[in-house]
Amino acid sequence: MRPKNLRMLIGIILVAAVATFIAFPSSPGIHLNLFGMKINQDYPIHEGLDLKGGIQVLLQADVPATTTVDQSSMQSAEFIVQRRVDALGVSEPLVQLASGNRIIVQLPGIQNPDAAVKTLGDTGLLEFVDAGSTPLQTGTVIDTSQGAPTSGTKPATTQVYTTVMTGKDLQSADVGFDQYGHPLIDFTLTSNGAKKFGDYTTKNVGKYLAISLDKQVIESPVIQQPITDGRGQISGQFTLQQAQDLVIQLRYGSLPIPLKVVDSQEVGPTLGAQAIQQSIVAGIIGLGIVLAFMVLNYRLPGVLADLALLIYAAVTFALFRMIPVTLTLAGIAGFILSIGMAVDANILIFERMKEELRAGRGLHASIEAGFERAWPSIRDSNFSTLITCTILYWFGATFGASIIQGFALTLAIGVIVSLFTAILVTRTFLSVVVDDIGVRKLSLFGLHEPTEVAREGVA
Amino acid sequence: MIDLVARRYLFFLISAIIIIPGLISLIVPPGLQLGVDFTGGTLWEIKFTKPVSADAVQQVLTAHGYPDSTVQTSAGNVVLIRTKEIRPDLPIKGQITSDFQKQFGALTELSFQSVGPAVGGEVWQRSIEAIAIASLGILLYLWWAFRKVPRPYAYGVCAIVALLHDALVVLGIFSILGRIITVQIDSLFVTALLTVIGFSVHDTIVVFDRVRENNIRHFGEPFTQIVNHSLLQTLGRSVTTSLTVIFTLSALVLFGGSSTRMFALALLIGIVSGTYSSIFNASMLLVVWETGEFKRLFSRFSPARAAA
Repeated sequence: MRPKNLRMLIGIILVAAVATFIAFPSSPGIHLNLFGMKINQDYPIHEGLDLKGGIQVLLQADVPATTTVDQSSMQSAEFIVQRRVDALGVSEPLVQLASGNRIIVQLPGIQNPDAAVKTLGDTGLLEFVDAGSTPLQTGTVIDTSQGAPTSGTKPATTQVYTTVMTGKDLQSADVGFDQYGHPLIDFTLTSNGAKKFGDYTTKNVGKYLAISLDKQVIESPVIQQPITDGRGQISGQFTLQQAQDLVIQLRYGSLPIPLKVVDSQEVGPTLGAQAIQQSIVAGIIGLGIVLAFMVLNYRLPGVLADLALLIYAAVTFALFRMIPVTLTLAGIAGFILSIGMAVDANILIFERMKEELRAGRGLHASIEAGFERAWPSIRDSNFSTLITCTILYWFGATFGASIIQGFALTLAIGVIVSLFTAILVTRTFLSVVVDDIGVRKLSLFGLHEPTEVAREGVA
Repeated sequence: MIDLVARRYLFFLISAIIIIPGLISLIVPPGLQLGVDFTGGTLWEIKFTKPVSADAVQQVLTAHGYPDSTVQTSAGNVVLIRTKEIRPDLPIKGQITSDFQKQFGALTELSFQSVGPAVGGEVWQRSIEAIAIASLGILLYLWWAFRKVPRPYAYGVCAIVALLHDALVVLGIFSILGRIITVQIDSLFVTALLTVIGFSVHDTIVVFDRVRENNIRHFGEPFTQIVNHSLLQTLGRSVTTSLTVIFTLSALVLFGGSSTRMFALALLIGIVSGTYSSIFNASMLLVVWETGEFKRLFSRFSPARAAA
């Protein structure tokens, strides 16, 4: 065998083997200890929101259109949202600033999406307010000296209550339980806050305090005695979940600007599993038809192209797992589409080959001419597909449509890998078959004329 | 040897026949059924454990201040609701959900999509921009790829017209489908459209490359003959390359999940149209342009002639 073919063949077999190993759904990953170098990769399949279930929201600064929001406020907001997201304990979350004073948040696999979004997007401004001589009802919306309530709520009265202390003065907040086992919030104050609170409570024993969160009253206890040790409790008939969510909001500070949800997509987990099944079936059927078609139309080269196509599928999917690319349903559709497109290069080459053979050229020369002459078309048309993918990626980026980006990415990777397999791999196979093994029968190449031709024929 | 080029006006006619119904459907309101991606609003899919009537669901929504909602039922006690925006971070969504639970029993939320009006307008704008940029990018690329040919812009423009043809075919068919089975246009549809544009050019380039090659090889022959030759030579591979893609897409449409079905269908229609337009539109237009028939066609209607 020609040395070049041997090297290429070994390389291809190695790549194919590794790719298949990684691509296989239940692959254990690569865990090796090579000459002291440890490789410990699991290569899990990253499922997108529409497969795993979860929620994606676009949070936007909730300010009147005329107010400008500066970047540093958005950045601290993003930072706080990120910390809150981390506290939710979701695997592979995403928090990202987007243009137009927006934050993209993705929470794959979350159990209570609506409550989670509320936890993230609520300003979380805790206020200790002077309620005067009567307690305020829980749930009342009030206007405080720190500012009025934001969109969606109106204060119950026109009275503006004085804020004594805010969540900024909290040193820590934790979930605790009272003697009946009801959840409450234990908090400690900073030394500054402790002094402020101590002074106020000393002067106002017997009066009512109102504790509000985002302008809504949680509870309104009476000040029984001065509180100078800087510790306290907020008990407001919380469920455990509510107490935990509140602690998350308090712990990292309140948002510098209010946020509202302007776009939200939630997918329940049940749709995903079914859709994956159907996509796999569709993919296998599609692949099968293409494989059969290639053999029927191009005989021997078709078989070789089919082998190259299978290697293509394995390599591409292995790349998805390795990079990793987050797989969405549209992304899987892109992958299946690219399987149909991957053979295009081969078809162009083979049709060119048939033309050359019919014109009387020798087998080896026809193969060479096929690859050479078809290359400009292959290059140009795949390039235009890549341009389209770039535009699609940008199109999806602006409104956080990761589904569109997933499609663009899988298609682009597919196109690039297909260039490699269609040309390099098929060419090697053909060379091995013709030059090394010495196959000559033209009928195997799809022609019906005289069955044999010299190896270096007349041009 | 078949002379395809001689029949070019026949193929223009066929294209017109395919496009015109769709065009009419697009112009007559409501044209396209736009999804919440573009109009803003909420799309909510809920699975109940018992059969539920659309009217009953409608009443609950009206009671909460959403009188203009559409409710569809489908197999498996699934209800699809479309309303104005219901923000998930405000209490209203929880209130509606608990009302549903009280009246209709246990439910699972299959999907919930809510788009604010501002974002909807942006998606629309972005879609138009993306399509414009894609077309411009392709035009520029073709201009560069065919720069050594006399009048390279001819190739570019003809490719763009073929591309517009494909876009109109897909849009037209989906407009008609929107009337019959209420298929909605969403951002995924725009994705399919952009992909179709990319693919349409992919195919046109294969044909044009051959025209360019033959133009050099058979220099001196009449252009109509060169194009005809090229078409017959590339017919095989144009159709074949499209066939493999059509196979995989058909499998997706028939066996794939419901959420990608319309997406795959748009791609399928677009690619079939793209193959047709590369052979029977783009090349024919090129002939009409290069042989000056274009100018002659227009001179028939020019005022100078009329005055003569």
